[in-house]
Amino acid sequence: MPPKLSITLNGEPTTLPSDKLEDLLDSLNLQNKRYAVEINREIIPRSKHSTYQLSENDRIEIVEAVGGG
Amino acid sequence: MDKTLKIGTHSFQSRLMVGTGKYKDFEETKSAITASGAEVVTVALRRTNMGQNKDEPNLLDFIDPNKWTILPNTAGCFNAEDAVRTCQLSRELLDGKAFVKLEVLGEKKNLFPHMSQTIEAAKTLIDDGFEVLVYCSDDPIFCQELDDMGCAAVMPLASPIGSGLGIINPYNIEIILENSSKPIIVDAGVGTASDAAIAMELGCDGILMNTAIAHAKNPVLMAEAMKEAVLSGRKAFLAGRMPKRETASPSSPTTNLIE
Repeated sequence: MPPKLSITLNGEPTTLPSDKLEDLLDSLNLQNKRYAVEINREIIPRSKHSTYQLSENDRIEIVEAVGGG
Repeated sequence: MDKTLKIGTHSFQSRLMVGTGKYKDFEETKSAITASGAEVVTVALRRTNMGQNKDEPNLLDFIDPNKWTILPNTAGCFNAEDAVRTCQLSRELLDGKAFVKLEVLGEKKNLFPHMSQTIEAAKTLIDDGFEVLVYCSDDPIFCQELDDMGCAAVMPLASPIGSGLGIINPYNIEIILENSSKPIIVDAGVGTASDAAIAMELGCDGILMNTAIAHAKNPVLMAEAMKEAVLSGRKAFLAGRMPKRETASPSSPTTNLIE
């Protein structure tokens, strides 16, 4: 059985089948997009996305640029 | 030939900076920004929509960060901590670029800046190596403080964000300009081209606007008008206007009249 992880993603409680951040990012169709990731209020640099292990109850924020003044 | 506008480590030819909010779609955003001639373009940071499909466009697919200088803002932040966090996320998003528009708001109706929180956030960001362009009230003392503490540009409001009321206190702007050592960019409140020209005639170093272009009936045409107004106002400032007088002064000779 793959691990099941309960996390909060952009404010929504979510269950993940994998504890790899990379797997989550792959599942979100973010390829070729500019985004930034913060976990438990700490920025996770892009260079660490491929090795980062998620933990139970992590609060994950994924943000992008939108129109604004 | 006008000198370039220097803000922190950056130099720009255009003195007009534009926002990317409130447009119909990204095509219109790009057309208007291109027509404005602006080199600095503001964006906001928000949570990614998790339900989006693979082909849903992203603003930065249209506004290429290699072509424009992206100025992420902290709009929607009502305290220093949230604003600093937003700037740090934007730096990660933009490959380490630390050029930001700090904006800490005090209340939701008029969107006036919360100045004590703005100053606190500016201190933290400057210490962390950010170049801070700071949206602030048009109070000369606050502007001086932000200038002294090392903000890259000080950006007093002309009138409330999105109001289109123009420059409601030109006397304050003049006092701010007299005392400044950093670029003064009027940010927010411009409604139409003459407002932009007036700000530049006063001697402002630049103008940042969004709604005046995005909510014009024809945004692309208004973007062109703003580009020309900023250029005209700047030229008028450099030329030095004639003194005002209380009585008329004939432009044609008063001698050798035909009788």
